Order: sequence, then structure tokens, then C-alpha cells
Amino acid sequence: MASVEVLATPPAAPPVAAAAPPLTLLKRLQRPRVCIALLLLMWLPLTASVMFGGYLGDAFKTWVLLPAIPATILLYVVAVASWRESPIAIIGVSLVFFWLIAAVTVPFLPLVDPNKPIAPFTGVGIEKNGHLFLLGADFKGRDMLSRVLWGCQRVLVWGVTATLVAYVVGSMLGLMAGYLAKWWDQVISFIANVLLSFPVMVLFILILNYLGASGFNIVIAVTFASAPAIMRIVRGLTLDTKTRDYIFAAQTRGEHPLRIMIYELLPNARGPIIVDACLRLGYTTVAITTLTFLGLGLQPPDPDWGLMIKEAAKVAMLWKFSYMLLIPALSVSSLILGFNLMADGLREMSLRD
Amino acid sequence: MTEPSPVLECRNLSISYYTRAGEVPAVVDFNLKLMPGEAHGIVGESGCGKSTVALAIMNYLGKNGAIVGGKILFEGADMRTMSEEQLRQIRGSKIAMVYQEPMASLNPSMRISEQLAEVPIYHEGIARAEALARSEALLEQVRIPDPKRIMNSYPHQISGGQQQRVVIAMALLSKPKLLLLDEPTTALDVTVEAGIVELIKEISQTFGTSLIYISHNLGLIVETCNRVTVMYSGEAVETGDIRSVFNDMRHPYTRGLFNSIPVPGADKNARPLVAIRGQLPLPYARPQGCYFGPRCDHFAAGICDKRPLPMHPVEPNSSHAVRCERFREIDWDAAKPKHIEREPVAPGHMVLHVDDLTKHYTIESRAALLVGSKKTVKANEKITFRAHEAETIAIVGESGCGKSTFAKVLMGLEDATGGKVQLGDLNLANLPVQQRDQGTISRLQMIFQNPFDTLNPSHTVGSQIARVIRKFGRERDAKKVEERVNELLDIVKLPRDFAKRRPRQLSGGQKQRVGIARAFAGDPKIVVADEPVSALDVSVQAAVTGLLMDIQRNNRTTLLFISHDLSVVRYLADRVVVMYLGQIMEKGATEEIFSPPYHPYTEALLSAVPIADTRVRKRKIVLQGEMPSPSNPPKGCPFSTRCLYMMKGVCDTIPPPQRTFAHRHVIACHLDEATLKAMEPVITVEDDAAPSHASSATAEAIPSAP
Repeated sequence: MASVEVLATPPAAPPVAAAAPPLTLLKRLQRPRVCIALLLLMWLPLTASVMFGGYLGDAFKTWVLLPAIPATILLYVVAVASWRESPIAIIGVSLVFFWLIAAVTVPFLPLVDPNKPIAPFTGVGIEKNGHLFLLGADFKGRDMLSRVLWGCQRVLVWGVTATLVAYVVGSMLGLMAGYLAKWWDQVISFIANVLLSFPVMVLFILILNYLGASGFNIVIAVTFASAPAIMRIVRGLTLDTKTRDYIFAAQTRGEHPLRIMIYELLPNARGPIIVDACLRLGYTTVAITTLTFLGLGLQPPDPDWGLMIKEAAKVAMLWKFSYMLLIPALSVSSLILGFNLMADGLREMSLRD
Repeated sequence: MTEPSPVLECRNLSISYYTRAGEVPAVVDFNLKLMPGEAHGIVGESGCGKSTVALAIMNYLGKNGAIVGGKILFEGADMRTMSEEQLRQIRGSKIAMVYQEPMASLNPSMRISEQLAEVPIYHEGIARAEALARSEALLEQVRIPDPKRIMNSYPHQISGGQQQRVVIAMALLSKPKLLLLDEPTTALDVTVEAGIVELIKEISQTFGTSLIYISHNLGLIVETCNRVTVMYSGEAVETGDIRSVFNDMRHPYTRGLFNSIPVPGADKNARPLVAIRGQLPLPYARPQGCYFGPRCDHFAAGICDKRPLPMHPVEPNSSHAVRCERFREIDWDAAKPKHIEREPVAPGHMVLHVDDLTKHYTIESRAALLVGSKKTVKANEKITFRAHEAETIAIVGESGCGKSTFAKVLMGLEDATGGKVQLGDLNLANLPVQQRDQGTISRLQMIFQNPFDTLNPSHTVGSQIARVIRKFGRERDAKKVEERVNELLDIVKLPRDFAKRRPRQLSGGQKQRVGIARAFAGDPKIVVADEPVSALDVSVQAAVTGLLMDIQRNNRTTLLFISHDLSVVRYLADRVVVMYLGQIMEKGATEEIFSPPYHPYTEALLSAVPIADTRVRKRKIVLQGEMPSPSNPPKGCPFSTRCLYMMKGVCDTIPPPQRTFAHRHVIACHLDEATLKAMEPVITVEDDAAPSHASSATAEAIPSAP
């Protein structure tokens, strides 16, 4: 998601004429600062609502999302406008933003309570007990449509948060290993190699069994699993960039290593990092859904795609009830597909320039 | 057979590339006629389409390039109508190409012998043993020492110069009619380059091959070719035989090009270089009419802004032709460039004293078993020199001579092993940059070689200059910092709105100007310039050196100019330090370095530098072999392995003594003073009445059209 900001500037613009034409509204929105503001306006309310809604009361949980709705829609417009060269990226962005818009608008949609049992085992498109089940009802009689839309909130928030934290940790370690080299590199690379040698699922189960199942612990588990790989990518990019003359110039200026790492090195590694982040968002979403399926993740009764798949697993053996499994499964796939297509599109665009 | 038919003929050739921006014409209306055994040079700045011509001849234009008009006739047959199969037969057997980067032309996973033998086996179907024998014979002909060993080596095991010789041998193996050379020596050191140039000159005589030599270096073209085509923005602007083009140039661009290269005679005070104003037009934004129009001093509305613009023969029936509508009207003698004379700057007090500076690296080479042996690389050995205020000191040497290590020690990124670097009262030799105070750091700044690397692509130009101003505490207030950034942009002659641009929107020369602005943002006393112009086009080079000189003049900055290019050094340095393998071979004032007595290495360097003046005669001194590895230097004099004056038993065992000639002119050599003094000057200028030595000859050697 962070990608919107950096790629919003049109790639390789030819030198512009001295007198710049007056900015259109779209051009104004495409400016990096505006994009960051919009991202925060979308993300902070969503996070506050999902992570801390329980402590802050239902009214807060609902109304805090209000400013996020226009922000999300504007961001979608900006993203489509910036990436219109790549149809693949547009499809990806559309899929992702479908779920993002769903996540911020879901409290305001005319949906029934996702946890209220109405009519068990009602099929797709059937009206029962005075309610039309567009996507059917699950074995407890809860509305599937409502549950799928509500469920995307948790998957998105926890998935993106976990990836983000993994990225902050991984990039920092990668920068240190790459730039400071010497024993820093040896220690960090050794730990990373040890962590990488564990199968991911084993690592997840180990950490979550030890820490207990909760959203925040998922973030920790994902960080442990993803950070080593991220660290390696960033380390490689850093090793390449640090031989450049502008790094040498910063060194001869007496800049602090931390400043060189964050200000001079990190921005130049952003291209591959953004593409990798899009892919990794997909993995993380899968991982979170899997963990919930295994009972190690987010806890019932609130809806969550992994939870829905888990709950539906037994009844969905019957063909008639397979929709209970298919709907959450397709939702997960579409989101991951969205992330991956976005990554593909971005890579394609970066290759063209 | 009275009239030999041309090997290659390009008739009105036009080539376009198809990009997202639409069709971009890369070469327009290009004509060329190449006779057997002839060497034709194509010269021009980057982006002028010279390589595209070569690629079109080889039919390697790729997916997005196409010939859109004209003909390429090879031995009378049109190559555009040939089938793939016919073309494949021609390529490699009748036309061969040598590229810039030798390592990229050789397959790293095959032995040299395999790669060479492949050519005759494939094209002539001869037996393997015969092919190998022929390959080895050819390696000998391209003067590779010990061809047997080279045949069994992999490409990475031999040096760059040898690699390029192998590539040339490979191209010659099939006895081609036509050999295309695309900047074959650009990646090599000057003394190695000189050897390759010698070889190329002999090719057409020995093998009867016709050559097309593509280069940005006018000097190399003079040395290798019979005829030349000067290209500008996709067009040939002037063509003819070397002497008539170089002596009676009739196109304002050619004239401008010659005025911006430092030939002997240019002097930074009396005869400064004149850069061509403006910038090369982008291929999709070329002006109407003459492409050179907006930059031309002789531009006349109504004549120069119309098409078509054909080539005109200078004299009826002469092969010297020029694409200029006004060449007959321009008074070429009166139109001499206006040199703006400047007062020489008197050097001030001493600012930097480098005394016996030594830097050794220790490399631990792990042997097969546990114990590793330690190797010492002597990157700098007893470097001693002094620099005064407002002086330009050139440090000259080829790659691996230790000049970059010296810069690193000076800037505080490496600790010296021994010796002193005295800046005022402060010894910098063992003071890493983190321990230096703000004032010391800001007094020493650096300009870098590669314009594409010198600026951080992620930040705007303005913010990168502003960072230096803030870091060194020159200004703190945001307004004042911005003002200072604007001032600096004015000084380097860039428009102020460049502050908001990102480096990718700037050309190479513009980036280098920003790099200079950044270096001078902290008001430094000493600026180390590491080959600041070597990656730039000649016309840009002149502008950037001029700028550097002006700023230096105004700020009375000491400039340490690191370079391998003796032409530039002669033009702008006050004093020169010649380094080889980490040691100083010779140092002295510029005129002392460029006239006898020479150190044998300086002599070879001088001879190796190509000079774009047909009147200049050089003594040929071609060094054998390559520079030894700094981890395993020769025992006595470091130059003894390649020196032509080598005295066995002396030079290779005893370090050379320092011989002082004139005041502060020092040569480290075993040759006695009389021998050194008796050396003849390397560069002489023809038409010069008195047989004077190089330094006094420079005053008369003015590249003027008679």
C-alpha cells in the first residue's frame, strides 16, 4: 500500500517546460505529500477501529471510519490514474481497493449483524425469516455476505500491519548488515540464516504456542518469519548502492551512518522493496488465514475469512453447502491475486523505463 | 579493373527507433562510401547516432529499431533485401565487429582457444586442429605475448588489453572484408590503448581489411583513419579525408568541437577553451532546419531554418562535403573563436603538505588449509608533495596507480599506514572523517567522476546542495539556505528552477555542474576532483572545466585534479604529479613535465595520448605488457617491467633515486642526468620553423584554419 506514494510521480517525466501549467485536481492529488496524507487518513481510522475498537466502544468503532471513506476512494482514483499504462496493475489495484472500500464502508452498509443467527443452512439467494440471503447463510444461520465483508477488515488490517512491521525490522537489519558490514553483517546474516532454515509454519506454530494466539502475536510471528528474507533483499540492494559516489560524498561530508542508511540508501532500494512488499502482503494474508484456520490466530466469534473456512470445513463436504467454503476462499484468493497483480504491474512498469 | 568498387556503401540511410513517444529518427540521410583497405572514422558526441549506423550495418537494430529509408550496399548487393540466411553468412565471415567492452564480447565459460577456433570451423568448415593452429598464429599477429598460454586461458585470466586483442583476433580470423570498431579502446588505459591503436593501424595494411572506426575521440580518429565523418544529432555534418576536414573544417559544429578540446597550444589563461553553447537537442525535439542552428554563431533566419539541407561539396568534385548552407559566406579566418584572456593567478601560501604518505592494505589470502598467508598491497608508497593556495595540482596516472586511495586517505575514509598529511597545523593522516571537526571537513571537498553516480537519484538537486550548506553550518535559516542554493546554481550556470528537479531529468554535464555546486557549497579550501570531466562529451568537457577554473579563480581554491588525460592536465594544471603503481615517478611544474628531461613513464604517457591535430608529430613509444599487480610489485623501480630503458641488475633490484632538476622538478629514475636531459621531445609540431621542444612549441600550435 505504501507503493501509492512513491510511484505516484509519473515515471521518467521528460524535462518540463519552465512555466509549469496550472495543476489539475488529479495532479494535485498525485503529489507525494497528498498521497501520504490520504494513506494515513485511510489507514489510521481503519486500524483504530479494528485493533482498538473493542476498548473504545461501538459508536467510536463505527464513526471513526467516516473520514476514511473519501480518502480510500480518492486513493483509488489516484492509483488508477498513475498506473493507467499497465492494465495488469489496474486489475490488481481494483481487486485490492474493492476490499479496502468494503473494509471502510462496512459499518454503514445495510447489512445485518454478522454474528446474529437467523436461518441456518439457507442457500444462496433464498429469502427466509424475512431476510434475503444473497450469499446464503452458514451453519449457524449467520448472513454470509455480512460476514465476508466484515471479515475483510481483520484480514486487511492485521495482514498489512504484520507486513509493515516485518518490513521495518527487516529493512533496518538489512541496511545495517549491508552498510556497516564487518561483524554486524556476520551476526545478522547468521541469525537470519538460522531463522530461514525453519519451515515457516513450524516457526509460526512455535511462536504462537509460546506467546498465545492474538492479533499482536501474529504480527510478531510474521515478523520473525518474513524479516530474514526482507533483510537479505535489502542487504543485497545496499551492497550495490553503497559503492556509489553519492554515498562516498555523504561519507566525506561526515554524515552519521544512520542518516546515510535511512536518507541516502533506503530511498534507492524502494523499487524492488515495493514489488516484494506486494507479493509478501499476499503471503502474509495466506499465513494469517491459515493460522486462524488452525485455531492459532484471531478468535471467534467475530468474522474472519480463515475462521469462516475453518467453521465451514466440516459441513462443506456436502456439495450443497460448499458455498460456505467457496465464498471466503474466493475472497482470500481475490485479495492475494490483487496484491500479486499489483506487484507484476509495478515490475512491468519499472522494466519499461 | 581500373576503379575498385567500394566494399560498403550507405546511400541516404535513415534509421528510426520506435519508443513509447513514437517514432524517433536516430540517423537521417547518412551517406558513406568505403573503399577496400580504407579506414573511415565516424566521430560525434553521445547520442549522435554513430553506433546506430554500425548496428544497422550489422543488422543488429533490435526489435524497436528499423531502417526506414535508403540502402546499405555490401560489395554492391543491397543488405536490406537479403534473407536471414544470407545475412548470417556475411556476418562474422565478411563483416566483423569489435565492441567497447572486451569482457562482454567474450564468453566467460569458454577457453580462448575454443572461442577463436569456433569462427573458422563454423564459417569455413575446416578441421579443428587447423582452426586451432590458425587461431594461435593470429594471436601472434595481434602481438599477444605467449599465445600458447593465452589459448588455454579463460577470458577473466587475462588483462583488459589482451582481451581486446583477442576480440580483434577473433574478428580477423575469418578474414573479413569489413571490420567495425565501436569505441574499441575506451575502456582501456592510455598506454594500453596506444598499443591497440598501433595494431588497428596495421590491420588494413596487413589484412587488406576496410575499417569503420567509431569514436568520440578526435585524436584517435586522426591516428587511425584516412577519412572521417563528423556526426551531429543523427546527421553527418561534415565528411572528407582527415587532412582536409581537420585543417579546413567547414562546418560550425566541427569548428566548435575542435575549439573545445585541449590540443597543445590551449592554455587556461592565454587561450582558454571555447565551449559550444547550448545543449544537444533531444531526438524528438530537434529544431526545424539545421539541427545545429540554435547553437550556431552563424545562424541566419530564412536560410538555416529550412529543409532540405543537403551535403554540399566544398570544392567541385572534392570528396570533402559539408551540410551547411552558409559555409561559403562565412569568413573562416575572421570567425575564429573569441578567447577571453585571463590574468594568471598567483599561488598563495602553502595549504597542504603531503609528506611520505604511505598506505598499505593487508589482504589475507586463505590457503587451502587453515593458515592464511598475508599479502601487502602497497597502494601508496612515500607520496610527498605540496599544494599552495589557488594552485591546480594534477595527479596523473593510469588505473591502479593509487590515486583513488590517496583521495580516500585525504578525505579521511582510510587511515594512512605512515607519513603525514598536513593541512594547516593539523595532521590528517590518521584522523578519520568522524573525528574531524566541522571546519576541517568543510575545507576539504570532492568532485566525482561519474555524473550518473554523483547525485542521489531519490532527492531533488536543491535538497542535496542545501544539505551541505546546513551540514557545514554556512546558513541555518530556511530562506537563507534557499538563497544560497540559488546563488550556487547561478555560479554553475544552471537555471534556478533546477533546484526542484530530480537528477534523472538532468543531462550528464548538468549533473556534473550540480556536483561542482555541491562541492563548493561549504566554501572549501581544497577540492579534490577525481576525473571530473572524463565521462563527459568533449563540448561539455570544455564548459565544465571552464566553470571549474572560474570558481577556483574567484574563491582561490586549491584544486587537486586527478586524471589520466594528459591533454586536459596540460591545459589546466600548474603542477603535475605523475604516479605509477603507488609511487611518484615525476613531479614538477606543468611545462617541466611536458618537456625533457622526462621520466621514461611520462615519456610513454605523452606519446600515448592521442592528439587531434594533424600538424602534431609524436615520437612513437609503445609500452609492452601491462601494469603489474600492486600486490606483487617489482622489486626495484615499479616501472622496470615495462621500461624501454631498463638496465638489468639495477632497475629491477634497487629503488630508483630521486633526481632533482629545475626547482622542485623531481624524477625518480636510475638513468643518469645526462641521459635524461638528452631525451628528445615527444610532441613536436610541424610547420614550426625552429625545432623547438614541446613546451615552447605549444604557443604556435594553434588549430587555426589557414
